[in-house]
Amino acid sequence: MTDVEALLFSLSWSQPELWLAGFALVATLVGAAFGDRASGPLSIGAALVMVIAATLAALHRPETPVVIFNGSLVVDGFSAAVKTIVGYSAAATLLLASEHLQRSGDRRFEFPVLVTLAVLGMFVMASAHDLIALYIGVELQSLAAYVMAAFRRDDARSSEAGLKYFVLGALSSGLLLYGASLIYGFAGSVKFAEIATQIGDGNAGLTFGLVFLLCGLAFKMSAAPFHMWTPDVYEGAPTPVTAFFAAAPKMAAVALMARVIYGPFGALEAQWVQVIAALAAISLVVGSVAALVQTNIKRLMAYSSIANMGFVLMALAAGAKEGAPAALLYMALYLPATIGIFAVIQAMWRDGKPVEDVADLAGLARRTPWMAYILTALLFSLTGIPPLAGFFGKYAAFLATVNAGLVWLAILAGLATVVGAGYYLRVVKVIWFDAPAPAFDRTGGAVVLTAGVSAALTVLVLVVGAGAVQSWIAISAATSFAAPPLP
Amino acid sequence: MSGPMNAFGNDWPILTILTFLPAAGAVLLVAARWMAGAKDNPGLDRGARWLALAITLVTLAVSLVALGRFDASNPAFQLIERHAWIAGIEYHLGVDTLSLALIILTTALTPLCILASWHVDRQVSAYMALFLLLETMMIGVFCALDIVLFYVFFEGGLIPMFILIGVWGGANRVYAAFKFFLYTLLGSILMLVAIVWMATTAKTTSIPELMRFGFDPAVQTWLWLAFFASFAVKMPMWPVHTWLPDAHVEAPTAGSVVLAAILLKMGGYGFLRFSLPMFPDASAAFTPMVFALSVVAIVYASLVAFRQTDIKKLIAYSSVAHMGLVTLGIFAGNEEGIQGAIFLMISHGVVSGALFLCVGVIYDRMHTREIAFYGGLVNRMPVYAAIFLLFTMANVGLPGTSGFPGEILTMVGAFKVNAWAAAGATTGVILSAVYALTLYRKVALGPLENPKLAEIKDLDAREWVIFVPLVVATLALGFASTLATDFTRPAADQIVQAYQAAIAPVSAAK
Repeated sequence: MTDVEALLFSLSWSQPELWLAGFALVATLVGAAFGDRASGPLSIGAALVMVIAATLAALHRPETPVVIFNGSLVVDGFSAAVKTIVGYSAAATLLLASEHLQRSGDRRFEFPVLVTLAVLGMFVMASAHDLIALYIGVELQSLAAYVMAAFRRDDARSSEAGLKYFVLGALSSGLLLYGASLIYGFAGSVKFAEIATQIGDGNAGLTFGLVFLLCGLAFKMSAAPFHMWTPDVYEGAPTPVTAFFAAAPKMAAVALMARVIYGPFGALEAQWVQVIAALAAISLVVGSVAALVQTNIKRLMAYSSIANMGFVLMALAAGAKEGAPAALLYMALYLPATIGIFAVIQAMWRDGKPVEDVADLAGLARRTPWMAYILTALLFSLTGIPPLAGFFGKYAAFLATVNAGLVWLAILAGLATVVGAGYYLRVVKVIWFDAPAPAFDRTGGAVVLTAGVSAALTVLVLVVGAGAVQSWIAISAATSFAAPPLP
Repeated sequence: MSGPMNAFGNDWPILTILTFLPAAGAVLLVAARWMAGAKDNPGLDRGARWLALAITLVTLAVSLVALGRFDASNPAFQLIERHAWIAGIEYHLGVDTLSLALIILTTALTPLCILASWHVDRQVSAYMALFLLLETMMIGVFCALDIVLFYVFFEGGLIPMFILIGVWGGANRVYAAFKFFLYTLLGSILMLVAIVWMATTAKTTSIPELMRFGFDPAVQTWLWLAFFASFAVKMPMWPVHTWLPDAHVEAPTAGSVVLAAILLKMGGYGFLRFSLPMFPDASAAFTPMVFALSVVAIVYASLVAFRQTDIKKLIAYSSVAHMGLVTLGIFAGNEEGIQGAIFLMISHGVVSGALFLCVGVIYDRMHTREIAFYGGLVNRMPVYAAIFLLFTMANVGLPGTSGFPGEILTMVGAFKVNAWAAAGATTGVILSAVYALTLYRKVALGPLENPKLAEIKDLDAREWVIFVPLVVATLALGFASTLATDFTRPAADQIVQAYQAAIAPVSAAK
């Protein structure tokens, strides 16, 4: 293949990314020309482009992995599944955000541009096939996210969240780079495929590099003990931004983690299994226990996401064959519930101001029944109570873990579920049992739509159709990590 | 495997209809509420009550149709429906005589519960919707032939029950709801891990196939303990029974009825469906422990019941004692024991349900359950006093009522295995007469001293409708007990034979 042919071949396999990048550039120009007036149309356009990119990724799913851009990126079933989930989640949270920002007077055209760039970063993360692409993907997503966290720039809490996120994020990027440089030094290549052939039984340098790399990634997916930024950023960032953070970036970080441990370091399973299992165990415990005492619903959701990342890590610890599909299924069933809950949180306006205490939901069942029913179902789904969708994700994670012989981790996760039930139930209690608080303001259409769709998915569609989702994901993941392809 | 079993004219999925009909009703109610907006609406409330009643009655009819299509002489699972679902889990439904008996108990009691909830006046449509959802979960538990599907229904029942207790319950309802939920969840999550382990080991989640799998005896111990954690809490057995009195006292009347009559039976059903057939060696090894716990439960709960000042709490402790008798019968592992346990479960479903309804009648009128508040009710409420007497006697196990055959069979079964345990359990029966009759004397007999009771009215038409079927059932099960024992015999025989065959080499080796 000549260089031109190779480039064209690569471009043909990166259509989703091209759509996103192209839209981001065009949107910047449009924004520069029309100013903040363009924000509404650009948000809708961005959401549309994300849906297109996700659908393209889902439809163009290769049977065997396709390596493009000289070994930098790989397109395979796994990346297709991840991009689909990322694209749809990001589109849903963007639509929610645009309604909310309009209401709070923070309507700026930069927002859809930033989200699009972040999603582009996540797509690169999902396909990363060398350490450079890995870092570019992470940073593209993170830099956009730092700005979004500080998006309400005249609000002290939002600025604080942005700064905190940036400083800690830079630290984690440093860890990640340090690990990457060690790996490069000891393996002699940045390409995943070559690292895989070079590591053999591994050595101390590679193990060190791997551990640093995993720590950096654990920070990005907010797994304990690298979770400290999460509650503060979740609380400080504007609610629609928090909703965005809680959904798509999590999937991307999980995907990147899977890429690293199953791809170049597949042979070092004995080493990373301990790290991943420890991260999972700590996340489960920290997330479940710390959430018990939270009064702010965004902080509560932050700890909830930490505990859920614990579950995903538990699934990942089971190895590529069982773990990858289980983790994907977990995320596919978990994210709709999270997005729906954030939709309801975004509907929590009183007297023209957003409110975010759990206590503000008091008596919701009597003042806004539809919202109460939806929120209750979604909370029980996150708890993992059947017959709601969340249970099947947890079941798949349990199945993979027990299959891999990590029974102790499964039992720990079970106990964490019971503790976790305590705080989800506390919210349900406030909604149903407590005397009604003053009513919320009228909710916007996007909130109703998103909450309704996510509830329908969680209660019915994903429960009845869980088998279809699962087989799609299983086929996607099956061919992806079998043997790391050489470029 | 599904081929030959489908030979019973299984042209439409009757068990699916039976299971999800109430849920469909719940969806209707929620939709109606949604359209009506946030305002309270008396017309909607009235409609919700009638719709819920109609749905539960149709469900009862469907369960009777299922009974009609069921071949009671065949011990195999029937009316099978089997489809692939997710992660190796199958949507696999089917019933044998044991599960069908419990299903009919469920479908027959639920309309009575709806009737008993007629005076609920807050968020009526939500109440009825949750109740219907609960019925779906209860029926599903007994229909499921896939162990994960069983778990789905088993746990799913927690959600409606949590909200029912928490919203419509008594003064201390939040505490009771949390205790109920977390206690039960803690028990079942260990079972879930065990289920996952079984699924990965046996490569199937089908209950009939797992029964034949034959787990390694060393592993059985752990699996048995994990299942025991769940079922013992649900049952509930001493010392993990403490959630039950709280939940019972705080739950609305119909919630107590369902809790006592059906939810507790899931524990016994679980022992019969899983523990004995799948882990026979461990069951045999743990039998002395279960016997000890059962006897302690019977004696201790009876003594505690005697000292209660709250009528509902007294009946709740009496349930704990009766469930002790059920576990005693189940783990006796012989024909009499298991038949007795099944009979006792059904009888207790009717009788304890009826007793909670009796409490509901006077609670509706006086809004207190303090025993000391009442006395001499027979003077103002002769019909009520007579009905209450009948159910009290049935609770004690008077011959001629449904309480007797179950108790005597269980005792005989236990006696064959362990005379000491049977002797201990017998004292419990005597104690049950003490507390139950004392309660009756204090509430119904004597002069009518409390002036507030002077105007209390006897049963109204709605309450007549509730109690007549229960009276008929209690007497029918008492006098014609063979109707029930003949019906459940195929299932019981199968459990007993499989269990005895599995443990025979072990007992021979001793």
